Amino acid sequence: MPPPLLLVEGLGHGHLGPVALTLAQGECLALQGPSGAGKSVLLRALVDLDPNQGRVSLAGTYRDATPAPEWRRRVAYLPAEAGWWTPLVRDHFTDPAAAMPLLDALGMSTESLGWPVARLSTGERQRLGLARCLLNNPEVLLLDEPTSALDSDNTSRVESLLQDRLAHGVGIILVTHDALQSKRIANRVVELRGGQLVTPDPSQP
Amino acid sequence: MNGYVALSNWDLAAAALLLILNAALSVWLQLGLARQLLIAGLRMTIQLLLVGLVLKFLFAVVSPWLTGAAMLFMAAVAGYEVMARQTHGLRGIWRYGLGFSTMMAAAGMVTLVALTAQIQPDPWYDPRYAIPLFGMILGNAMTGIALGLNTLTETVTREKIAIEAQLLLGADRWHAMRPFTRKALTSGFMPIINAMAATGIVSLPGMMTGQILAGVEPTQAVRYQLLIMFLIGGATGLGVLMAVLSGVWRLSDDRHRLRLDRLA
Repeated sequence: MPPPLLLVEGLGHGHLGPVALTLAQGECLALQGPSGAGKSVLLRALVDLDPNQGRVSLAGTYRDATPAPEWRRRVAYLPAEAGWWTPLVRDHFTDPAAAMPLLDALGMSTESLGWPVARLSTGERQRLGLARCLLNNPEVLLLDEPTSALDSDNTSRVESLLQDRLAHGVGIILVTHDALQSKRIANRVVELRGGQLVTPDPSQP
Repeated sequence: MNGYVALSNWDLAAAALLLILNAALSVWLQLGLARQLLIAGLRMTIQLLLVGLVLKFLFAVVSPWLTGAAMLFMAAVAGYEVMARQTHGLRGIWRYGLGFSTMMAAAGMVTLVALTAQIQPDPWYDPRYAIPLFGMILGNAMTGIALGLNTLTETVTREKIAIEAQLLLGADRWHAMRPFTRKALTSGFMPIINAMAATGIVSLPGMMTGQILAGVEPTQAVRYQLLIMFLIGGATGLGVLMAVLSGVWRLSDDRHRLRLDRLA
């Protein structure tokens, strides 16, 4: 039997964990939990952005055996707020030309590459952040509310893009407060409570 | 050197009246600066009088060990000054050690080169040359390093999201911090660049003015000043570079994480 796409054992950081979880190829796991439950802490730990304990492996390769930059290209974390480090949108893409089809699929004008970041709306920032992240062709996507600032049309665009990645074997952990969105794309739902992953109790909303 | 005019205590007292006049103005305008102004003035007077005595003693004994000890003491105080100017300094030994060690290394190295290769007093460690030279170089390196480190820690704290965004896309720590490293280096270099640009037109440097007042030929005084400015520029550049790059290294780790937890 091949190893699972993502295997997490004893992952901990501060009040989080130890957390164990597996993610299969093409599987979408919805991660729920109240604000402050540590969902971002968990995702940050998975990409090794904070010092943490535990073992994480991707298709059988241990995280500690992989240089951190390479690990983060393969297991990509998209935080709730996208970061910008130069004034122009274009300069945030290593290959702006390659971004064109993706921007199109996300309902963004390809001219947006020439815009200053300061001019972008929250929703535009969110979609550009996603595009930037997808261009690395990661094998696992850790998405923190990727459609929180989008209207229903753009939410559908993002979801169908994610469905397409799932169909190509990418694994997704999706933080969402939208129960309907979980229903639409997630195969499984887990909840973070007191630093532990639990199966949500349907009688307790 | 024979053309210099010795100053009496009365000359100094009369000049000090200017400072007291300033304090009086502050009281009159309710600026609340009088106390600080007078304390700083008093501190300066005591410090300089003591330094005069210490230098007189050091120049008389010409001991390499005592000269070295005096320089170490100067660097220790400068290290404290760099630390005090940080709004969010590094934690632990780094808080003091980074400024002190980079300053000591840069200023020490440049002073050594100047004494052995350019000025060449006999003996080369003659405190009459070594101490003023080291002091001027150290003071400027201190300003640069304090500014550079302060800009680095402030910028990195403010730009956490931007730095982590790059790390998350697979950039290594040096690449992710580059725009902010550059900013810190620029602010560290700025005072010395400005000083070089303005020297001779906007301001006559203190050392050169001092030599001229002491009867040195202006063209010779200018040569000394040029040498000092090159030494200061070299030491400040070296010190700022070492301090900021070590700061970047300390604020990140080998797993290419941003480590703001290492800031106070």
